[in-house]
Amino acid sequence: MNGVHDMGGVDGFGKVEPELNEPVFHEEWESRVLAMVRAMGAAGAFNIDTSRFYRETIPPHVYLSSSYYKKWFLGLEEMLIEKGYLTREEVAAGHAMHPAKALKHGKFDLGQVERIMVRGKFARPAPAPAKFKIGDKVRAKNIHPATHTRLPRYVRGHVGIVELNHGCHVFPDSAAMELGENPQWLYTVVFEGRDLWGADGDPTSKVSIDAFEPYLDPA
Amino acid sequence: MSDHHHHDHDHSELSETELRVRALETILTEKGYVEPAALDAIIQAYETRIGPHNGARVVAKAWSDPAFKAALLEDGSKAIGTLGHVSRVGDHLVVVENTPQRHNMVVCTLCSCYPWEMLGLPPVWYKAAPYRSRAVKDPRGVLADFGVQVAKDVEIRVWDSTAETRFLVLPMRPAGTEGWSEEQLAELVTRDSMIGTGFPKAPGAPS
Repeated sequence: MNGVHDMGGVDGFGKVEPELNEPVFHEEWESRVLAMVRAMGAAGAFNIDTSRFYRETIPPHVYLSSSYYKKWFLGLEEMLIEKGYLTREEVAAGHAMHPAKALKHGKFDLGQVERIMVRGKFARPAPAPAKFKIGDKVRAKNIHPATHTRLPRYVRGHVGIVELNHGCHVFPDSAAMELGENPQWLYTVVFEGRDLWGADGDPTSKVSIDAFEPYLDPA
Repeated sequence: MSDHHHHDHDHSELSETELRVRALETILTEKGYVEPAALDAIIQAYETRIGPHNGARVVAKAWSDPAFKAALLEDGSKAIGTLGHVSRVGDHLVVVENTPQRHNMVVCTLCSCYPWEMLGLPPVWYKAAPYRSRAVKDPRGVLADFGVQVAKDVEIRVWDSTAETRFLVLPMRPAGTEGWSEEQLAELVTRDSMIGTGFPKAPGAPS
């Protein structure tokens, strides 16, 4: 979706402000939010793409004025309500009032912690041969899906070169909407800075994205 | 705001967000979805075990061992997997090498994708709008915000992490470190040098 989360190339956000000796968490509640997101995801309440989509659908003014873990919290709460794991009534009361919905992988307890210390595997067997090979010229499609996509706006319509082939991976656009994994070939596609940003672009810069095959046309 | 009298805390010291987060954890616990001790363990892992020291050891090893470096650039996940003791890295880690001709920089313009196993949780600036918006359009300007200058004839390559692939920058080994042990070299490797927004420390520089 063309949400405010899709920030590449947007002007006006100001300077980057690194923080010296930044703590892992600035507030204790941030750590609880991180842990709840990881735990409920591991228990099978949602996949990573769905959780991203819920953060993207936070209203733009709220998204832009909320801290990182606040966005995680808002996305998590809304997602769990919509998927039936809790109700608005329970959130308002601050207590469980209805029976639990079964989790795909069961309760997240201490015995589950180590397995989530390794990232999930997203590679899948190829359903068809790859359309593109390394070195091919490709054009990022001019598409504007209203639902989740991992094709950033700033490359749409532009021509780049296929540099890496990562194999077939879970397709986020489908997975986010719970329409199945629909595995697709994934390529690193490189664009010239000048092609993306015009004559003002830095002639010495190149930008790559990881593009799923359905995002690309031959050029 | 809803009623939060179920908590035995002094409400005046808790922000609205903190109250809402506590309420959610209460509900998830009461419904039997999560065990608070398991949440504690996740947090403890990110606060103690997982951090840029993991990436620094990988970089130091690559600086010291040409065969390992070649394997790392060929398949980052597989090469790190052979070390066993560093970190339990996930699949799809791509290591990109800085050279005198090319400087690499990593961003996630859509959210906050980052190689957690190697670098820990990302810093606030990595996840915030200024970095995400400008890194792809004005990488040299962003580097200037960090006080970093890359020579004009060096290509800047920005890797936007838009899928589940994660990128780790292999910075150039600082001059004057001939004969150093991997442990000594690892001390020079900064988190930012593995994102591409900084360089390793120079030998003898204050830590």
